[in-house]
Amino acid sequence: MATTGTPTNITQGSKTKGGIGESTLRPDGTLKVTGEFAYSSDMWHEDMLWGQTLRSTVAHAEIRSIDISEAVAMPGVYAVLTYDDLPTEVKNYGLEIQDTPVLAHGKVRHHGEPVALVAADHPETARRAAAKIKIDYAELPVITDEASATAPDAVLVHEGRDDHHIGHVPHPNIVHRQPIVRGDADEAAKRADVIVKGEYTFGMQDQAFLGPESGLAVPSEDGGVELYVATQWLHSDLKQIAPVLGLPEEKVRMTLSGVGGAFGGREDISMQIHACLLALRTGKPVKIVYNRFESFFGHVHRHPAKLYYEHGATKDGKLTHMKCKIVLDGGAYASASPAVVGNASSLSVGPYVIDDVDIEAIALYSNNPPCGAMRGFGAVQACFAYEAQMDKLAAKLGMDPVEFRQLNAMEQGTIMPTGQPVDSPAPVAELLRRIKARPLPPEQQWATAGEAADVRALPGGLSNTTHGEGVVRGVGYAVGIKNVGFSEGFDDYSTAKVRMEVVGGEPVATVHTAMAEVGQGGVTVHAQIARTELGVTQVTIHPADTQVGSAGSTSASRQTYVTGGAVKNTCEHVREAVLEIGRRKFGSYHPAWATAELLLEGGKVVTDGGEVLADIAEVLEDESVELELEWRHRPTEAFDLRTGQGNGHVQYSFAAHRAVVEVDTELGLVKVVELAVAQDVGKALNPLSVVGQIQGGTTQGLGVAVMEEIIVDPKTAKVRNPSFTDYLIPTILDTPTIPVDVLELADEHAPYGLRGIGEAPTLSSTPAVLAAIRNATGLELNRTPVRPEHLTGTESS
Amino acid sequence: MRVNFTVNGRKQEADDVWEGESLLYVLRERMGLPGSKNACEQGECGSCTVRLDGVPVCSCLVAAGQVEGREVVTVEGLADYAQHRQDAHPGGGCASGACGTSLDAAQRWQAKPADGRTGEAGALSPIQQAFIDAGAVQCGFCTPGLLVAADELLERNASPSDQDIREALSGNLCRCTGYEKILDAVRLAAARQEEAV
Repeated sequence: MATTGTPTNITQGSKTKGGIGESTLRPDGTLKVTGEFAYSSDMWHEDMLWGQTLRSTVAHAEIRSIDISEAVAMPGVYAVLTYDDLPTEVKNYGLEIQDTPVLAHGKVRHHGEPVALVAADHPETARRAAAKIKIDYAELPVITDEASATAPDAVLVHEGRDDHHIGHVPHPNIVHRQPIVRGDADEAAKRADVIVKGEYTFGMQDQAFLGPESGLAVPSEDGGVELYVATQWLHSDLKQIAPVLGLPEEKVRMTLSGVGGAFGGREDISMQIHACLLALRTGKPVKIVYNRFESFFGHVHRHPAKLYYEHGATKDGKLTHMKCKIVLDGGAYASASPAVVGNASSLSVGPYVIDDVDIEAIALYSNNPPCGAMRGFGAVQACFAYEAQMDKLAAKLGMDPVEFRQLNAMEQGTIMPTGQPVDSPAPVAELLRRIKARPLPPEQQWATAGEAADVRALPGGLSNTTHGEGVVRGVGYAVGIKNVGFSEGFDDYSTAKVRMEVVGGEPVATVHTAMAEVGQGGVTVHAQIARTELGVTQVTIHPADTQVGSAGSTSASRQTYVTGGAVKNTCEHVREAVLEIGRRKFGSYHPAWATAELLLEGGKVVTDGGEVLADIAEVLEDESVELELEWRHRPTEAFDLRTGQGNGHVQYSFAAHRAVVEVDTELGLVKVVELAVAQDVGKALNPLSVVGQIQGGTTQGLGVAVMEEIIVDPKTAKVRNPSFTDYLIPTILDTPTIPVDVLELADEHAPYGLRGIGEAPTLSSTPAVLAAIRNATGLELNRTPVRPEHLTGTESS
Repeated sequence: MRVNFTVNGRKQEADDVWEGESLLYVLRERMGLPGSKNACEQGECGSCTVRLDGVPVCSCLVAAGQVEGREVVTVEGLADYAQHRQDAHPGGGCASGACGTSLDAAQRWQAKPADGRTGEAGALSPIQQAFIDAGAVQCGFCTPGLLVAADELLERNASPSDQDIREALSGNLCRCTGYEKILDAVRLAAARQEEAV
C-alpha cells in the first residue's frame, strides 16, 4: 500500500461493510464540523461556578504566609481554598511517585505551581479574586541543570525522598537512572577506524494541544462527585483523585468529555482535583477552563535533554560500538520521568546493530517546569542525537548517509542492547530505500517563469524577506525506532464491554470501553473491529466513563493494539455466545451448525464455505448477549537496574523521513519544502486515519526542529514564553507537503498484525530536517530547535 | 450593558454583559453557541474565527460591545449561510462581500432550526462535508475556525491554488493533522463546487 494525499479504500478486510482495512469516516465527524461536539471547555450546568487557580510567580521558595482575606470578601466569590483546606491526610498525587502537591504546602518548587483556588460566579471575578490573594515567598536558589542538581551541597528538590528509585540513584536530585551495558564498548572501540563524538541539546517542547485543560465537577447527593473532563486515562485519574478527596473510588464518577488533542500532555492531573475540591466545598457545579497562558503551566512538557554520544565504525562502514550519556531534565516533580528514562536508554542505539554498548540515562529533579509524557516519550531525544551521529560517521567515512544506515540497519532477529530479540518485521533498510527512491521535489518552486518569485514558497514567506537570492537547498534523512505500549513489566491491560441485541429488526452491537478518544480515531476503529468480528453494520460506541473497567492510557501508540485487542477479544467471545444460541435453536435443522467453522457476516450466520445458516436477528430475537472482558498483550519484564538487560518492550514501530529544505542564509530563515515519510504499520485498520496520524506526528517533529521551544530563564527558572505569540507551532504555511508511504508487514503477535503508529513519525522527522539544514549550510547544528542566530552565526551567549 | 446583534440570521440580545467580555465569551456562555472555540484567547490560533459582517475575525479579540447592530455567522450557522449563498448567488461566490451581509438580507434570512444550531436536521455545507470526507477532522478543536475561514476563502476564490489555501488558512493553527488533509478538504470542496456548476 503506497499512498500520497488522500488514500482510497485499499484493502478489503471484511465482507461486512465498514470493517477493518476500510477508510470509514469518524462517527463524531458531523458533530465536530457543526460545532455541536461537546468539548470539556463547553460543559455547562445551571447554577455553575467558575474555578480559578492561583499559581506561584517564583520557581523555588518557602511560603511564609498566605492571606486570603481580601479575596474571600469579594462579592461573587464562593470559596477560596489553600493547602489547609485539603480534606484528608493524602495531600499529594502522581503517576508513579506521589510527589506532586494538590496545592503547594510550605514550599513551591517551580514557576506556576498551584497555590490556591477560587470559585466565583463569573470567570473574571474568580481571576480578580485570585489576584487579591497575598503570598509571602522567601526565595531559594534554583536548580536548573545537572551541575547544580548533583553538586555535593545542592539543595534537595524533595527532602526525605522515599520512593523505590532512591536506592539506585547516585544523588537524591536524580529521579531515576538506567544504565545498559552489553558487550565491551572499550574493547570494541579498538577495532574502530573512525570515532565520532557529539554533544547534543534538545529543547523543551510543549504538546500545545488546542483544547485547553478544562472540565466540570458536579457534587452528587451521596457526597461524591461527578467529573466530566478531558483526559488520556480516566482510571489513572480516578486512582489519583479519590484519595486526595478522601472518597472511595465509587463515589468519584468520571465521564470523558470531548478532548481537544493530548499528545501526552493529559496523562497527568491538571484541573481535575481542583474542580472537585471546589465543587465539594461549595455544593455547586464548578467549571475550570485554563486559558493558554495557564495551559503552559498546567501540564508537563517534553523533557529537554543533553546527550553525549560516541560511535565508532570500521573503514568499510560497520558500526563497532556506542557509548552515550543522556541527561533528561524532569523538572520539579517526577511525573513519567522514570519511564522516559527507560525508553531513552533502551532505544538510545536506534534501529541499528551494535553489539558493544555502554549507555546511561538519567532524569533530574530541578526547579524547571515538570516534564513527562509527550509523543515519542524519550525516544525522540535519542533519535535526534544518534541520527546526527550517523551522518557524521558517514561523512567521515566518505559514504552515502543512507547506504551507511542501511549497512547497519537492524532487522528481524537483531538483539536489542537490552538483550531482547526483535521478533517481528523490522524493515529499517527498506523504509530508507523507499524514502530515497522517491523523486525529489523540483528545484526553486518559488521561481515563476518571467515573473516575480512567489514569495509565499520562500523562506520568510509573506514577510517578503527574500526573492530567492541567498537561498540554498539541502536534503537530509533519518530513521527511528519506538516501542509500542507500556514497557518494563507494566500490567498494560484493557477492558471492553460488548453487547449484541436486535433493535428494529436489525442486529446492533454496542461497544463500551473507557478509552479516551483524543482525536486519534479510536472510536472509528472500534466500530470497524466490531463490524468485522460480529458481522453487523450498526455499531454504537458508548461514551467512555468509569462505569466500565480500565482501558489504560491513550498514549504510547498502544490504544488500537490494546483496547482494539480487547474489543476484538470480547467480540470473539460474544460471537461464540451468539453461535451457541444459534446451535441451541437451529442446530437440529442443519448439520453445519455442529460441524462447520461458523462466522458472522453481513448480518448472517455463515459457514466458512459461504453457506448462510440464519439471520443474526433470527438467532437473537429478544435475547441479548453482553460480556465485559479484560485483555492483555504478552507480558514484558523490568530492565535490570545495573545492566539494563530484560525483555522490556512489547513491540517496536519504525518510520523514516526525507526532508528537503531551503535556507535563506542571510537571515537564517528555513522553509521546509517537503517532508516525505515511510512507515511500517503492520496492518492499516483505517488507512485514512493512519495517514493522518503519520502526517500529524511528522509536523510535530518539524516544529521542534525549527521553532518550538519553551524557554526557561536559566537564572530564575521562570518560563519566558507561555503564549501562542511566543511559543510557535507550525502553521499551514510552515508545513510542507507530507507524502506518506505505508508498509504493512504484519506482526504475528499483535491483533490483526497491527503496529502502533502514533509516535514513530515524530522521532525521525526532527533529525531529518536538521540533517537537511546541515546539508544546505554546512553548519554543525547540535541543538534543536534551530533558530536564525544559529544559521547566521550571530548568536549571543 | 445590553448588546443587540444578529447571530446566524437570528436577532439576539445579551443582557448584563460586562464591558470586558469578548464576543467569544458572549457566544459561548450567553448565547449557548459553543462551536467557536477558546484555544488561545489572544488571536493567535484562529479557533474562534467567526464572520462579522462577512469578514473573518477572531471573536476572542472582538469586545462584545463592538458587535452592536452587526451580523455574526458562526460555525453553527455555516450550513444555512452556505445554503443561502447558493440560493442567492447560484453557481458563484460573492467576492463583493455583499453576500448575506446587509441588514436587509440578514433580516429576511432565518436559520433553521430556529435556535441557529443546525443539528442533525440541517444539511452540511460543502466545506463541512469535505472536512469529514477528507479526514481533515481529528480532535476537531480547530475545525470550526478553519471551516469558517475556508468557507470565506471559497466564497472569494472558487478555485484557489495550494498557496492561496495556505495563505488564507495561515491564521488557523491545527496540532493534529499536519494540515495535509485540510488542504485535501479545501481542494475537494472547491472541486465539488465546480462540478455542481
